[in-house]
Amino acid sequence: MRDDPDLYRYRAWDERLPIRWPGGARLAFWVAPNIEFYELDPPANPSRRAWPRPAPDVQGYATRDYGNRVGLARMMAVLDKYGVRGSVSLSAAVCDHHPEIIELGAARGWEFFSHGIYNTRYAYGMDAAQEQAMIEDSMAAILRHTGQPCAGYLAPALTHTEQTLDLFAEAGGIYTCDLFHDDQPTPVRVRSGKRFVSVPYSLELNDTIAYVVNRVEPRRYGEMIKQAFDRLHREGEAGGTVMCVPLHPYQVAHPHRLRAFEEALAHATEHEGVWLATGREIAEHYLEHYYDLDLARSGARDGGAEAAP
Amino acid sequence: MTLDAKHLEYPRRRRGMDHERYEFSMLGDRPPINWPGGASVALWVNLAVQFFPLDQRGKPFAPPGGMSTPYPDLRHFTLREYGNRVGIVRCLEALDAFGIRPTFAVNGALAERCPSLLDRLARRGDEVLASSWHMDTLHHGELGLAEERAIVERSLATLRERTGQAVEGWVSPARSQSHRTPDLLAAQGVCYMGDWINDELPYAFRTDAGELVALPLSLELDDQFLIGANLHSEWEYATQIIDACDFLVAEAAQTGHGRLLALSVHPWLMGQPHRIAAFEQVLEHLAGCASIWSASASDIVAAWRAQTV
Repeated sequence: MRDDPDLYRYRAWDERLPIRWPGGARLAFWVAPNIEFYELDPPANPSRRAWPRPAPDVQGYATRDYGNRVGLARMMAVLDKYGVRGSVSLSAAVCDHHPEIIELGAARGWEFFSHGIYNTRYAYGMDAAQEQAMIEDSMAAILRHTGQPCAGYLAPALTHTEQTLDLFAEAGGIYTCDLFHDDQPTPVRVRSGKRFVSVPYSLELNDTIAYVVNRVEPRRYGEMIKQAFDRLHREGEAGGTVMCVPLHPYQVAHPHRLRAFEEALAHATEHEGVWLATGREIAEHYLEHYYDLDLARSGARDGGAEAAP
Repeated sequence: MTLDAKHLEYPRRRRGMDHERYEFSMLGDRPPINWPGGASVALWVNLAVQFFPLDQRGKPFAPPGGMSTPYPDLRHFTLREYGNRVGIVRCLEALDAFGIRPTFAVNGALAERCPSLLDRLARRGDEVLASSWHMDTLHHGELGLAEERAIVERSLATLRERTGQAVEGWVSPARSQSHRTPDLLAAQGVCYMGDWINDELPYAFRTDAGELVALPLSLELDDQFLIGANLHSEWEYATQIIDACDFLVAEAAQTGHGRLLALSVHPWLMGQPHRIAAFEQVLEHLAGCASIWSASASDIVAAWRAQTV
């Protein structure tokens, strides 16, 4: 074990890059629905149980299944209404279980990126060949079912190993959602030296974290999104920012919750200077225009001139 | 480290669910349901009438709301008993004042412990459904088949005898089931169960003793979940239920498809003197919605069946 994952260099917020997003926008806003499949009776990972109760954990399983049966279409209708394309963090097995869901997203031009195979299969304990096989399996499924080369990664159930990002970059990925260290993209150091970036996702605004871990009320969740938006929009003037709202149809789309999210989305989309993007578009724009500048600046700041991140 | 090969094998990665109990379908893709009298939202108010034994085993987990301090936990024992003495009367007065019809989910043990309470509930003409023997007879994956069958039989027989009702509905303590619970319920004449919270309408559920109807008893709108687990205030509870009601009424109007609002209410919780006014606020709102059909659980199941089978 190491005391630091050694993935990125230090950069203070007032040293952020003078990013301008397409159209001169100051804030790149993206929504990342997690479309997941949780298995009723998965093999037990040695480091983490899939369910708190002995199988079958009907309550936990049914809670997630609700997202695909009920929540997804509702959430999709709200995103449609405000012209927001989802960037789907996908349990790749959904391609097999519910291809009708994949079709709904693909028809809207949504992006699909890898969130592993199932959200009940964890990377803990995998050797490199196993994790590589899991990652490549998920990327191949996305390509096969959507025609999209998978660009992004969010580890299944946020379970990582020391080589997760190295493996994903080597498999052809260009961005990760697993890191929460900044409100701008940053270069991420991978062992292959490939150009690879972190696109800010958000744990704090993730509906599951808000509703399950922090147990906030729905209207407060809407207020949290509006507050974050207002601040990042303002700060974006001095250097473009990224805001992500990660969603789960089984959380946000309940009848007592969806309206508050819709009001927050209406707020975010009525402002000027906002680029409604996907994760891939943010990563590509940054890679093309700012990645090298970011490396050069951080290299100079650290007193070295290395080209590698 | 290396995981056993089974962690990268997915024998149930296929079209539909990873089990045989029901078919996958998305709420909006189904034929429309219309409730009696042109109502758009069916309302199931489920009052949980419960007995938490002082000598709780808590296997394989402590039931939510159960004993939590060392034996004898007089504090929680009597707080739960309060519901059957005081809270239920307050809740019934409130329901009657607004003309909203409850269904009672009753632990069988109460027919022996408080027969006069059972008689009182049955005399009202409201439906009694079974909720196992008591809150510590949990149905779970490690429970032996014979033991579980005996619990189901005893609970149903006792409640049927005391109430004179058919007792065709079931809600498990903690909505927890074993792999065989639905089979045992169907074999004992149960027609519908509330444990699978993956939907917002009834749906068909397979057992080896014929088909059951799953009538999802929402956890997310459960008073014990919102107030007890999430520590939301009673007024936040009321706001969320009212928001859910308004959302479903609007969705039903927009789609022309009937919806279901299933409220699980615990008299030991909502029947406290500082909370009952919030419950009354909810009931007042529900009673003021012209498009709501306040019905017993089995009437809702029957109306759904008449249009589905």
